[in-house]
Amino acid sequence: MSSEQNNEKKGVTRRDMIAGLAAIPVLGVIGYGLLKQQQEKISRKENVLPELDFKAVSGVPALVDGPVLRIGVVGCGGRGGYLMKALGFVHPDRIDDWEKKGSSDVFWAQYLQEFRNQDDLRIQITAVCDVFEKNAQRAIRTGANVFRNGESGQMAEAPKRYLTYQELVESPDVDAVIVATPDHLHVPVAIAAAKHGKHVYCEKPLSWTVEETFEVRKVVKETGIIFQLGHQGRQTESYQVAKSMIEKDVIGKISLIEVCTNRNDPNGAWVYDIDPEANEQTIDWKQFIGPAPWHPFNLERFFRWRCWWDYSTGLSGDLFTHEFDAINQILGLGIPASAMASGGIYFYKDGRTVPDVLNMAFEYPKRDLTLLYSATLSSEKNRGKAMMGHDAWLELDENLTVYLDPRSTKYKDQIDKGLLEPFKPIYSYVPGQGSVDAITTPTEKYFAGRGLLYTYRDGKAMDTTHLHLREWLNCIRQNNGTQPSCNIDQAFEEAITAHMGTISYHQGRKTHWDAANEEII
Amino acid sequence: MQYTQMMNNSKHSLIAIALLRIVVGWHFLYEGLVKVLNPEWTSRAFLLDSGGWFNGFYRYLAGNATLLNITDTLNAWGLTLIGFSLVLGLWSRFAALGGMFLLALYYLSHPAFPGITYLFPSDGSYFIVNKTIVEMFALAVIYFQPTDYFIGLERLISSKKRNHE
Repeated sequence: MSSEQNNEKKGVTRRDMIAGLAAIPVLGVIGYGLLKQQQEKISRKENVLPELDFKAVSGVPALVDGPVLRIGVVGCGGRGGYLMKALGFVHPDRIDDWEKKGSSDVFWAQYLQEFRNQDDLRIQITAVCDVFEKNAQRAIRTGANVFRNGESGQMAEAPKRYLTYQELVESPDVDAVIVATPDHLHVPVAIAAAKHGKHVYCEKPLSWTVEETFEVRKVVKETGIIFQLGHQGRQTESYQVAKSMIEKDVIGKISLIEVCTNRNDPNGAWVYDIDPEANEQTIDWKQFIGPAPWHPFNLERFFRWRCWWDYSTGLSGDLFTHEFDAINQILGLGIPASAMASGGIYFYKDGRTVPDVLNMAFEYPKRDLTLLYSATLSSEKNRGKAMMGHDAWLELDENLTVYLDPRSTKYKDQIDKGLLEPFKPIYSYVPGQGSVDAITTPTEKYFAGRGLLYTYRDGKAMDTTHLHLREWLNCIRQNNGTQPSCNIDQAFEEAITAHMGTISYHQGRKTHWDAANEEII
Repeated sequence: MQYTQMMNNSKHSLIAIALLRIVVGWHFLYEGLVKVLNPEWTSRAFLLDSGGWFNGFYRYLAGNATLLNITDTLNAWGLTLIGFSLVLGLWSRFAALGGMFLLALYYLSHPAFPGITYLFPSDGSYFIVNKTIVEMFALAVIYFQPTDYFIGLERLISSKKRNHE
């Protein structure tokens, strides 16, 4: 009996066999393809990854036990309102608004949900102070909204309103003060608070003048309060990964760092709306002026104070400091040896005194590098943070991407063997991914380097301002001398560096830092 | 003569459709396995880049960690199982339906409509019809013209069943 006849008898012919299993070789080919892909991935890891064994920050730090802290907020406008939200307090009409928008738009539903899910920091807003009546009244309602309700919901005891910050810092009902005033009032409020033993969270930049920078450092150190400067970028995970990467010498010797501000809308250029309820009766103008030169009442100056040197620190203090603090936390650069700035008012000819285009070069001869800042308020061409090393360059925002330099000495062998490709991203960190890994798919490759709004902890979107405030509160509760990440020494470096740039801009000359005598010359 | 010609034609078209089934399956299977084998893979960026009428829904998926995790797992294993089924020729009608469903979801997240732009660059120029739609219709052909009994595991299984009867 032939095998063909045998098969027919069984009902399974050879033809059935062949046609039935015809596609099996396809699986073999796909398996081979996958094996190749995996091998390539492994070899890429073997070639680069040993040096890139990062420790991304894992998890949100637990809240330290301790009593409920009583917070006073000085300056309850835009930023003050945002800080209160990051602490867990918003005006009930905003909750109603988010609820209404959330009924037809999932973005807002989610936004509200995220706010309601935000950890309770165990604080109470007991005191508020603002020179604009409307802001103060809203802050009172905000502080009372302990349960994160809408207008019809239950409220707790409302914070007390103080007409001056001097009275607020004297209050025995306040343990710690948040300073969210215009720049020219940061130091006066911070010093007054510290002298009354209140801990301080101060918005950036630290100071408006050089002299007061020394003074506030002295007072904070003498009083021993817990001070945190409001650079929430300290909590951005990609910066922490970049730090670890540079410590492991992945990109080689860095000779140039470029940081930028690219904005192109009136809001970004500080042309904020003027509130129709604002007038000489509802604004305490004299208190607003504070240490600034006297000027008759002016609504533009009040709402758009960032546009005038009288109250502002301009691009250098307002926006460069974010960039500086990012780089300073990664590299520990400190104060530069010299600064040279130039720029002008080229687009917003609206009576402002601060420039809308500014370029500054800071020299660090001891570190063999230049820090370059370039800003315009009238173009959004995206120029991110770039650190240029001899072996690779690193682009940084919420994500981090490393590009290999074709002339790298360190990676020459791998480049010659074709194991690593120059100019292309060889490595990327995307927040929210489980761990740091090489780029694997075309989609990831494309999105690597594109900014996302939040920093991620364990893949969960987190508001960096919330994390930054939380760190400050934890240090206060620990009460053992533990300092927050953006403490007064970091703040001092930030402010002096920004002032060196500003003075250079004003005087059209290079400024120098005399480190021995702690003096700008 | 004409009848023989027609029979030949239908045999050829069956072979062509079976091959179509296998190559579409190949595409699904490889995409699926690459995702299954990479624990870091997530559809988050793709979902965030959604456009068109349903972008709110896709972004909502991307924003919710639990839903995103479920979406990623279903997608990766869905692609893999559909791929296996189409390549091997076993229950491939169900696979074709499932595949069309997945492709429809991809299309609705990135519809090729004029005026909608995406961060992720396109590999060609499309107006309403793109490769996702073409692959969807390929699966429709596979659904309406089963070939598992012709080239596929189903043929082997059914002939064995025949034997037992």
